[in-house]
Amino acid sequence: MDLNARVPSGPIEKKWEKRRFEMKLVNPSNKRRYRVIVVGSGLAGASAAASLGQLGYEVLCFCFQDSARRAHSIAAQGGINAAKNYQNDGDSVDRLFYDTIKGGDFRSRESNVYRLAEISNAIIDQCVALGVPFAREYSGYLANRSFGGAQVSRTFYARGQTGQQLLLGAYAALTRQIAVGQVRMFPRSEMLDLVVADGRARGIVVRDLVTGELACYAADAVVLATGGYANAFYLSTNALGCNVTAIWRAYRRGAFFANPCFTQIHPTCIPVAGEHQSKLTLMSESLRNDGRIWVPVTADDTRHPGQIPEPERDYFLERKYPAYGNLAPRDVSSRAAKAVCDEGRGVGPGGRGVYLDFAEAIGRLGEDVIRERYGNLFEMYEQITGENPYRQPMRIYPAPHYTMGGLWVDYNLMSNLPGLHILGEANFSDHGANRLGASALMQGLADGYFIIPNTIGDDLVRISPKDRLRDDHPAFQDVRRQARERLEKLLSAKGKRTVESFHKELGELLWHGCGMARNEKGLTAALEQIPALREEFWRDVRVSSEGEEFNQSLERAGRVADFMEFAELLVYDALQRDESCGAHFREEHATPDGEAVRDDARFAYVAAWEYAGPGQTPILHKEPLEFEYIHLAQRSYK
Amino acid sequence: MKLTLKVWRQEGPRAAGRLVDYPVDDASPDMSFLEMLDALNARLLTKGERPIAFDSDCREGICGSCGFLIGGVAHGPQRLTTACQLFLRHFREGETVVVEPFRSRAFPVIKDLVVDRSAFDVIQQAGGFISARTGSAPEANSIPIAKGPSDRAMDAAACIGCAACVAACPNGSAMLFTAARISHLSLLPQGHPERKERALRMVHEMDRLGFGSCSNHGECEAVCPKGISIDFIARLNREFVKASAVETPGPVRKV
Repeated sequence: MDLNARVPSGPIEKKWEKRRFEMKLVNPSNKRRYRVIVVGSGLAGASAAASLGQLGYEVLCFCFQDSARRAHSIAAQGGINAAKNYQNDGDSVDRLFYDTIKGGDFRSRESNVYRLAEISNAIIDQCVALGVPFAREYSGYLANRSFGGAQVSRTFYARGQTGQQLLLGAYAALTRQIAVGQVRMFPRSEMLDLVVADGRARGIVVRDLVTGELACYAADAVVLATGGYANAFYLSTNALGCNVTAIWRAYRRGAFFANPCFTQIHPTCIPVAGEHQSKLTLMSESLRNDGRIWVPVTADDTRHPGQIPEPERDYFLERKYPAYGNLAPRDVSSRAAKAVCDEGRGVGPGGRGVYLDFAEAIGRLGEDVIRERYGNLFEMYEQITGENPYRQPMRIYPAPHYTMGGLWVDYNLMSNLPGLHILGEANFSDHGANRLGASALMQGLADGYFIIPNTIGDDLVRISPKDRLRDDHPAFQDVRRQARERLEKLLSAKGKRTVESFHKELGELLWHGCGMARNEKGLTAALEQIPALREEFWRDVRVSSEGEEFNQSLERAGRVADFMEFAELLVYDALQRDESCGAHFREEHATPDGEAVRDDARFAYVAAWEYAGPGQTPILHKEPLEFEYIHLAQRSYK
Repeated sequence: MKLTLKVWRQEGPRAAGRLVDYPVDDASPDMSFLEMLDALNARLLTKGERPIAFDSDCREGICGSCGFLIGGVAHGPQRLTTACQLFLRHFREGETVVVEPFRSRAFPVIKDLVVDRSAFDVIQQAGGFISARTGSAPEANSIPIAKGPSDRAMDAAACIGCAACVAACPNGSAMLFTAARISHLSLLPQGHPERKERALRMVHEMDRLGFGSCSNHGECEAVCPKGISIDFIARLNREFVKASAVETPGPVRKV
């Protein structure tokens, strides 16, 4: 099988320019003959659909939410990185490139990451032009703040709602294309499967979530921008609806799934409060600019935080990583928090929490400055916990947040299936084994605004719109029938347990077996438990009997059914990767002080998995990672 | 804790609806209102009854999916709070709470508490954008914007499109929503070239969709979970009047 990443030759700073020149173009007057499907309307999907519409392609855009504006990119809080060097603090494209490769623990493709850093500045320009109200200094120029894993201040932000503002910018561009008829928007529509014929992606099967109708949509190319799969863990910072279905179904149709075990656990989330909890809420990493993380020096210290004197506090990130302090990268910070809680020094209910304390910053800067910087986050914290973070430290704990793994793509963001393109969190391309803060928004918009509009033509020009399949073609009818059978099977199960109870059980199983720390024994056990749970799910799940029309329990059941299958691949990949790297921490491979130990000789590759059929072991393809520009080294944030 | 819920149940857009009583005995003060409904739905499902349909997604107050009337108030009794961020610690033990969908001519009920808010998207399509083609933007810092107007633009841009403002308005007006968008873009220099057309088109579209007029009740601001100020409605009115003097709205054009 061909796993050619099709990276342009030549020096890294010339690769993207070279590729844009060597690609074939679609004649402007021919663009309207090509139809492109975009699934998902988050940062990547909305910016792609808008930009492809502007170029003249006929675009169909689908989202499961009731409006394109509600995609989960909206919840991103802290910011977006760019190598503008407005702070005059030594930033450059090369440094952003280096930080991202190092932050990803040397498990990403150099050429893609370089391009991301190169494009980053144009994203900020574009967003400002679209009216994104980024924070500004009194001069009227743009402000920056710092994020984890970087020693420069390169993060642009709009209070604690950067994702919302960037998404509303892309959504506005998209609505304009809807208004002029270039994009047809299908809200409350969920992709259930991908249609592949003669080795090319041909379209999708979609369920209208209001009427329940299953419809086929044929196109000349399919773009998936459907986000990540952190909800496999049930409790995560993702929205309830986030799911793996689109990319999982594409995998089952032949697309390769890369590095599924690279799942990011975010260090600063509000801890679990009880059994009833439906999701976890992130507290932005930007809080670590001013908040200091600590736990009591001694175990089982139940005093109120205000009564614990300075010498009896352990600011463990500052102690262990003096160079980066509270701004150590996410994987490192999460593991450090887990370690102190495992020692019995955690705070709050169940001892699963550490303090994020603003007292020192409030003393230094005043409450008003802190309110201006983080006011909405502080309010959100108080709403959820009933505690006032201006008066007492926040309690935080790591939670699943983002997934670096995703469908394999080449340099042009096309999967191994021609005609299938993957953007944003749904692909695996840029973050290696650990994503740096404020880089997800950057990647989503780079893919959607600037990469796919350039690269999709090179795929489309090879085919003729005349060869597009009709949506009543047997290939479509087959896939639609299979989707219908799955829905009927779920509706007819008539068991005793709710979808949520199964999802929760799967999540707990993954959190314990394949969460922040992994080992062979736990992974092997999880691999045995997952098929048993899946079998029980299909036997004993209960979906509302209201039938195929608007039926939210049926929607969730379909998504959880796919998580049940996907979970096995996630664990399988984690077992196969017998090294620690970034967020993938295998306890067998750690330094004495608990840092990850990579094995570059054996594992400097992208693990791209090919579906081999139901019940079959997936086939591993390896894309070797070569580092020509950045010297492979053990990460150090000390 | 114990609560009694009276929940609006409606099978579909054309079906008649009614309030149904549901006692809740095992709620916890640390539960969100939606988590309480999740638990109630799990019980209904296990008993073979139809669960209560309601929209929600991010559950952290930013996506704008959730929202219905709780005790007659959009998003419930807690100010500056979406339904998903409303916790039961704000209710009294034994309280009876009526739960109904947002009511507006422009938002037909789909099922139970789920309404069709696509009219908001249609208002946006009429002009809630800056037509900056991808790739055509100048260097970001070439357009300095004073911090004051920039911050006010952000205040307006914080709207999450949940539609509580419409549900709370006795006239079913979408003025706060529309004003937030128009103000955000007119406060920024990038929004100026299309400023007049935008105000005219969006206001006309809002009227066409069946939303009512604003008569300064201020209910919208009172329920807005993001605290969007009705001062923006005054700004919209100024924008609209100024634009009306010199322009007539045409359709959105491709280039």
